[in-house]
Formats: sequence, structure tokens, C-alpha cells
Amino acid sequence: MAKPSDYIINAAPSDPLEIPALKPGAMAGCKPFVAKPEVQAALGLPGTLVENWQAKAIEKMGDLLNSSRSLQVAMDSCMKCGACTDKCHFFLGTGDPKNMPVARQDLMRSVYRRYFTVTGKYFPWLVGARDLTEDVLDEWYTYFHQCSQCRRCSVYCPIGIDTSEVSMAARDIMASVGRGQKYSNEIIGKGLKTGNNLGLPLAAIRSTLDSLEEDLRADTGVDIAMPLDAKGSDIMLVVPSADLFAEPHIQGLIGYAKVFHQSGLSWTLSSYASEAANFALFTGSHDHMREMARRIREAALDLGVKRIVFGECGHAWRVAYNFLDTLAGPFDFLDQDHPIPQHICEFTHALIERGQLRFDKSQNDAYRLTYHDSCNVARGSRMGDKPGGQFEIPRALLRASCNHFFDMAPETIGEHTLCCGGGGGLLGDDLMELRAKGAQPRMRALKNVAVEHGVTHMAAICAICKSQFGSVLPAYGFKRDAILSVHQLVGNAIVLDGSIQARALQKAAR
Amino acid sequence: MVSTLYAALFYVAASVLMIGLAARLRRYASIPVPLLIPTTPAPTTRLGVAARLAREVVLFESLFKANTWTWVFGWMFHAALLVVAMRHVRYVTQPVWGWVVLVQPYGIAAGFALVAGLVGLWARRILVPRIRYISAPSDHLMLALLVGLGGSGLLMTYVAHTDIVALKGFTLGLLRLEIRPLPADPLLLLHLALVIVLMLIFPFSKLLHGPGLFFSPTRTQVDNPRQRRYRPQSAARPLPLGRTE
Ligand code: SF4
Ligand code: SF4
Repeated sequence: MAKPSDYIINAAPSDPLEIPALKPGAMAGCKPFVAKPEVQAALGLPGTLVENWQAKAIEKMGDLLNSSRSLQVAMDSCMKCGACTDKCHFFLGTGDPKNMPVARQDLMRSVYRRYFTVTGKYFPWLVGARDLTEDVLDEWYTYFHQCSQCRRCSVYCPIGIDTSEVSMAARDIMASVGRGQKYSNEIIGKGLKTGNNLGLPLAAIRSTLDSLEEDLRADTGVDIAMPLDAKGSDIMLVVPSADLFAEPHIQGLIGYAKVFHQSGLSWTLSSYASEAANFALFTGSHDHMREMARRIREAALDLGVKRIVFGECGHAWRVAYNFLDTLAGPFDFLDQDHPIPQHICEFTHALIERGQLRFDKSQNDAYRLTYHDSCNVARGSRMGDKPGGQFEIPRALLRASCNHFFDMAPETIGEHTLCCGGGGGLLGDDLMELRAKGAQPRMRALKNVAVEHGVTHMAAICAICKSQFGSVLPAYGFKRDAILSVHQLVGNAIVLDGSIQARALQKAAR
Repeated sequence: MVSTLYAALFYVAASVLMIGLAARLRRYASIPVPLLIPTTPAPTTRLGVAARLAREVVLFESLFKANTWTWVFGWMFHAALLVVAMRHVRYVTQPVWGWVVLVQPYGIAAGFALVAGLVGLWARRILVPRIRYISAPSDHLMLALLVGLGGSGLLMTYVAHTDIVALKGFTLGLLRLEIRPLPADPLLLLHLALVIVLMLIFPFSKLLHGPGLFFSPTRTQVDNPRQRRYRPQSAARPLPLGRTE
């Protein structure tokens, strides 16, 4: 299997947003594995390309045009101004012109024009319209799986066209005629069956939590509970399943537990809704997305909790913040005095504001940190009361818990942030080349602060970002573990009442 | 003869423009937006959204973030187009309204700015490989059409003056459903023919980008899902798509 280091890219300081020369076809051979028939069947989708796939695909496209205004407006309103052409990290990293957002849209627009417009029907050469052939389908499959649905292009488009909406529609169409993507569809299948994307059974989750409780007791001298399915808790915490087993994700989970402990509120995980990340966002299937969202509501009802808090996961937060209520609401049975749902960063931030958390920042002195804004948090959601809170709140947590924090260049963070290169269902090993190249702009921005400020580590609040960086950092000359969870840093520095750390601090003060 | 032909074409073009555009806009309005997808940070109130749209329309805010040169040429062209359009109101009002008289002197500078903006955009379309790559023949033709319009207009203003009084008689006649003689001046006929073409293709082309902005969910939605439950409009049968088969 390909390793990131097979694709080493020059690691000298350089402009993260440097525009490459066009390299047509550079990524034409890079596509993800196709979903097997049984994977498709589990999702109620045809196992292989159906016989009259062309007609079916056009029909599905018509349905989507009738049910998604953003798609119809995107198809009609692009004036080919080119403003988005240099905004996609996959274009910046590969130079393949079909990775320019407008060119990606054009893969579908050309078909739209052929089948749904007068000009495209009678003068296809004039407006670049084309038939939906097997080759075109292949091209769709390739390049609509080279979009991480990060919405960076949508920030700059004068009309607000969001290429990710087009990618989702294209993937939905392809899956509906039997050409689904293995990675995402397998994961959705597991999620629908077991409640989490990894297919972790209840016993495995419980035993992880047990061993974490033991470690925490040894480290802090305090009994910190890691409850699972505890009925009547104040809060149900929904985390990406990676938080239950992967590094550095699990360090974040430890941080959440410490924060909850110190807050004095009772909390629990749910085994029924043991997954925050809703992969149906990537495949564009609203039915599957609704089903995953429904599990969360049911779990909350069943456990009788008053609040729902989400752990660190970018796409999960977008679905939770923007879609959960629409898909699975109303959540009128929860305590209406708190945000529904709430992000763990908001929860921690509120405690800090109220002076309920004490930190020993020196615990993080081994790190010189920067922060990676995850794309779907940055451009698809919010935290706090004001627009832009999604940028300030995580940084406020880092500043509260670390002495050395430095931001990357302004044009690469905040709303301009660059995707990690693994979002949108592209995190499989089959796309390693794409992932390594797509990370290039972010890696260059990181390299620059490493040179300028001696930054050693980068924190993030997204499970995909953490996994992706864990894989690609070495290709750019960083250590694999240079990526950290925000709540890992919070957890490191937090001083729990009655803990070994609290006593040590007291002693030092005397 | 020519007058009758042009008058007829104008009536046809105006109907196509109005009916076509209305149908398009009604279709957009009829399609549901299933989920809340504003590009954030986004305004949290309706008023804020109105301000965001106003900044997009007046200042081209997003384009400004994206690319300085495209913004310069694009903004120059659109602003000039507005002034030139205002100046043309004198051909359909009698007596000419006060503010129309006031913009007349600016209209001339605007005419040059309009063509300069278009030439800049076209140069980018040809010279920047990324933009050349995404351009279809129709994109070049659209620019040719607009340059032709602006150029013929400027030529009539500075080189080969046309009989403005007679022209105005023709246009005012159109409004009253009377066909009055149109000066058979080749430049003028070309200019008007291009206007007719523009009106005819508007509802079927990328010129829809103007109206499209007002239906673009990433820009028009309010970021307030935790204050107010977002419920998409019920999927009442969207109006026909205008499928061609
Ligand atoms: S959504 Fe992101 S990955 Fe997709 S085309 Fe736009 S910038 Fe590229
Ligand atoms: S920025 Fe928007 S309008 Fe311009 S080319 Fe890209 S998608 Fe089209």
C-alpha cells in the first residue's frame, strides 16, 4: 500500500498558496475503490452499474435539480469568472485543472446543459455540453472524489456557488446507479448497523473506557468517570468513534472527561449513538443522513439527558449544528436554556469564562502550538453567539492552556482555512496520493510558522484532520505525532480539585 | 420596412426576456433548500443577510477577496454598465427626468470604462491559462457581444453621429405601440440588433448570474439554526425544469 513518504514534496519554506502550472490529466488515474455489491445492497443501492444507468442518472439528476436549489443555481449561474480557480487545495497541490472548482462543476454542468437546456441540446459545442457517456461517468467518479467538500471555493465565488453541493449531488447520482464509493458506503453501513463508523461493539467501548478510568486515576489521583449509557445523566456526549481508540483523538476524550468532571455535571456516552461523524454528508444521501441523526435523538430520549454535547469532529459539528434539528428534531425535550446542540469547545469555554477551570499552562510547555481551522467548522457552522466564534473559541481554549501559541498566515486560517486533504470521505488508503498532495498548502503554512516561530505542534478539533495529518505529516518532514487534539492540551493543563497536580501546585506556592 | 422589422423584433425580445426571466425566477423560488447551508461566518439575522447581499451586489465582496484584477475589471464593467443604462433612460422618457439629465456627462466616461473593463476581462480569459481552460466558445461570444454593444455605442457618440431625435421618436413610439421611422444608420442598426440578441439570450445564459445570487443559499440563508428550527419549504411540485426532451 502506498505510503505518504512515497510522495514527498519539497519541504523548504514556500508560499502555501502558490499557483501551480496547469498539468492536465495529472490526477486522472487517482480514484477510490468502488463499493462492492454487498456494501451497496446494505444501503439499499444497486450493487453494480444498472443496465439503463444513463437514463436513470439523468432522471436522478432531474430529481436533485427539483429538490436542491443550490444545485440548480450552481448549474445556471456560474459566469466562468475564474475567481475560484486557484482556491482548491487539490488544485494547488496537484496542478490538475479538473481540480479547479469551476472545472469540477463543469463536469456536471456539461451534462446538465446537454440534457436540460435548449442551447446544450441544439448547440452543444457552443456551451461545452456533452452526453453522459461511460467516459464521462468515469471522469465524474474520479474528480468528484477529489473534492473534500471543504467549501473553500464557496467563500470566493461572487455568486456563492458551493462546489461541495455539486460533488454531493454527483456522488448521490453515481451511487444510485450502482457506482458507490467503497470507503464512505462501508462506513455508513457500519454506522447504520452498529451506531458507529468503526463497528465497535458495546463491550469494546466499555473496556476502553475502563482502562482510561484507571489511567486517569493513576495520573491525577481523582476518580474520573467515563460513563456509557448512564441513564438520567445531565449531558449526552456524542464523539467521533476515533476518539474511542485512535491517537491523538483519545487524548481529546480524556480532556473532555476532565472538563466534565470539573464542571460537576453528570455525563454519558451512548452506545446506540456512538458516532458523531455523519458520513452521509459526503455521499449526499439525505435518507442516510437522517437515519444517523435520528439515532442521536433516540439515544438522548432513551437516556433521559437534558443536554447534548458534541466532541471534536468537523463534519459532525456541521451536521449537528446546522442539520440535526431539521433532520431529527424537534429537541424540545432537552433543557432549552443551553444551546442545542453544544460543542465541547463551547462547553469548556463557558466554564473558563465563569472561572470554573484552573490551568497550569506549564504542563504544555513542551509544545509550541499552532491551530488548524477545520474546514466544515470554519465555513459550515458556528460556535458561540457571534459569527466567527468558531475561530475564536478554540483559540481561546489553547491560549488558556498553553504558553506558546502562534497562528499561521492569515490567508490560510479562519474562513480562508485550507482543508487537511482528507475530508469528504477521502480518508482511505486508496487515495493516499491525493491526500498527500492535497495537504501541501496546509503543510507549507505549517512549515512557515515552524521556521518563523519554532512551532512544533498543530492542534485541531476534527477527527478526520487528526487522522489525515497523522498520515501525511511525515511526508513534509514533521513527526507523525505533531498533530494534537485541542482537548488534549486542555486536559494536560487542567488542574482538577483534589488532584495530585493541585497538591503539587499548592506545595510549590508555599 | 427596417423600422417594422426592428419594432417586431423588439416586441418579441422583450416578451422572451420578461417571460423567460419570470419563469426562471419562479422556478428558483419553487425549489426547496432542504438544509441550512450558509457559507459561514454568516449573518445571524435577516437584516444582516440583506447587508451581506448588498455588499455582494454593490462591492462584489467575495470577488474582492478572491482576485484583485478580476474584481477591478468586473466591478468597472458593471458599474459603468449601470451608469450607461441610466443614461439610456433618456431614450424612453419625454420629458427627460432630472436625474437622467444629471448622469449624462458621466455616461460618456462610463462608456469607455465599460469597454475597458470588458477588454480587461477578455484579456484575462485569453491570457490566464486557468481561465482559458474553463472558457467555452459561448463565454468568448458573450464578451464579443458586449464589446460590440459598447463599441458601436461609443462610435455613434464620437465618430458617426446618428439621428438621435429620430431614434427617440422610434423608441417612444415602441412604448405607445406605434411604429415610427428608425434612422437606417448601419451602426445604429448593429447596436440595436445586439441589444435584441442580448435580451433574447438573457434568460438562457450565464447572464442569470445576477438573479442567481439572490437565490444562492450560501449567501441568502441566516445562520440561526439553534435559535429557530430550520424547516425547508414543503416540496410542493417545483415548476417545470424546461427539459428539452
Ligand atoms: S469544496 Fe473544497 S475540495 Fe471541493 S472544489 Fe471546493 S475547494 Fe476544492
Ligand atoms: S467563482 Fe463562481 S462564478 Fe466564478 S468561475 Fe468559480 S464557480 Fe463560476
